[in-house]
Amino acid sequence: MFDAKKIQKDFPQLTRKINGKRIVYLDSTATSLKPRPVIDKENEYYTQYTANVFRGIYTTSEEATAAYENARVLTASFIGAATPEEVVFTRNTSESINLAAYSYMLNSFQPGDRVVTTIMEHHSNFVPWQQLGRKRGIMVDIWGVTPDGLLDMAALEKLITPKTKLLAVTAASNVLGTITPITEIVRVVKRLNPHCLVLVDAAQAVPHMPVNVQEWDADFVVFSSHKMLGPTGIGVLWAKRELLEEMTPFNYGGDMISEVHVDRTVFKAPPHKFEAGTPHIAGVIGFGKAVEYLSALGMENIRAHERDLVSYAIKQFHAVAGLEFLGPKNPDIRGGVFACTLKNAHPHDIAQLLNETNVFIRAGNHCAMPLHEHFGVVSTARASFYVYTTREDIDAFIEGILRVQKTFS
Amino acid sequence: MDLYREQILDHYKHPRNFGHLEGAHVMSEEINVSCGDKIAIEIQLSDDKERIADIRFSGEGCAINQASASMLTEEVKGMTIPQVMKLDLPYIEKLLGTTLTPSRVKCALLPLEAIQKAVQSVR
Repeated sequence: MFDAKKIQKDFPQLTRKINGKRIVYLDSTATSLKPRPVIDKENEYYTQYTANVFRGIYTTSEEATAAYENARVLTASFIGAATPEEVVFTRNTSESINLAAYSYMLNSFQPGDRVVTTIMEHHSNFVPWQQLGRKRGIMVDIWGVTPDGLLDMAALEKLITPKTKLLAVTAASNVLGTITPITEIVRVVKRLNPHCLVLVDAAQAVPHMPVNVQEWDADFVVFSSHKMLGPTGIGVLWAKRELLEEMTPFNYGGDMISEVHVDRTVFKAPPHKFEAGTPHIAGVIGFGKAVEYLSALGMENIRAHERDLVSYAIKQFHAVAGLEFLGPKNPDIRGGVFACTLKNAHPHDIAQLLNETNVFIRAGNHCAMPLHEHFGVVSTARASFYVYTTREDIDAFIEGILRVQKTFS
Repeated sequence: MDLYREQILDHYKHPRNFGHLEGAHVMSEEINVSCGDKIAIEIQLSDDKERIADIRFSGEGCAINQASASMLTEEVKGMTIPQVMKLDLPYIEKLLGTTLTPSRVKCALLPLEAIQKAVQSVR
């Protein structure tokens, strides 16, 4: 049985007391907490086999290389990639998207081509396309949402034209909580234009639900380690092998070359041609452990746990007058994130007052200004859940909200 | 630290100098990038253009931001431009009667930054 209370014991930070009280961490959408096995694994590299990868002919360097590459194998199997070579390690989701944009789109897209992105994207899947559009004379079309925060599937038919080269879409919104139907979206896009690529921002999906990139049949899938119990500073770009072969690196340096002559350089095969310079070795190894930890919990179980928290939260939120949240009301298509507004209280003040009882939430526009503008709100107060979140945590949030109401009444 | 003291809540709920100024000489707008809040300042100068004669602010913000704007606009009326330019964070904290954590400094400083930007444009 999935027992969040028991899982909490694996997370050192949740044993910390501030002002004598426990921490209620409701900001996992921004970054997740780290369990002891991940911290230990990262430490293992620093205490047992610190050495550079791919070059030492000695025991510890070979251990480090094996551990580094093993993380790639674990990641590939976790997301259902055809081969580990399709997994490129970057610094974060943003860098993964920029890698795709600079190494593929910047070279192959022509002026007059079109790119589609959605109004619910994180800035990291919005700004690169907007800027690429300016640089290359590419038109960026925006796919809108229904009042309920769902992508408008009927609108997609008109948006994908013969000139559309890319759809950049999130698999789960970091504000609305909406889980988008990626398999269906990819099918519709390929029917309308088989040459249109699909890049999926899975930063809020891979940590929270089973993901299989081959079932999705997308072309690029990107996500971050730090949102799925792993270290900060590690991201993943998955792409179909033939795309990675075609792409030219935009980051040149050590480790990514097989031959260098005065007048020419031969690059390594993917994924290594995209990993220039000494990588974040400890981070990647720690990330591999996070993948193992999540696999042991079971992604189906994690999704079921969060779905249960979502239905509980929706029920509890409805009981508070003046408390509203964006996004769908159906727990089947909603992840554990609630961006809320409260009558007469500013999100900054809500977050500050909740902090007084160690309830940690995020206030602001959550790197999604276009979406907030679309819904006509400047900012929201966001609570988000993960494997260690319990119903008591949601109760603590509600108690905090009631205190805020009292202060500002 | 009691950030939400009676005085701050009073200024938040009943802001002074809120609104617009007919025939303002200078105006400016500042945005808080962390939350998207905006504040607009409108200022009328004295006849010799050396002092702030009247001032209004508008925009949406958190309690700290709005209380800071409300209190500050009361204080700067009659001040000379060099006096206004000398105001800083410790002054604002004294006005609010509290110290601020780094994440809230911007909220409290935004009105001052807008006022200083406005009067600077006079010179």
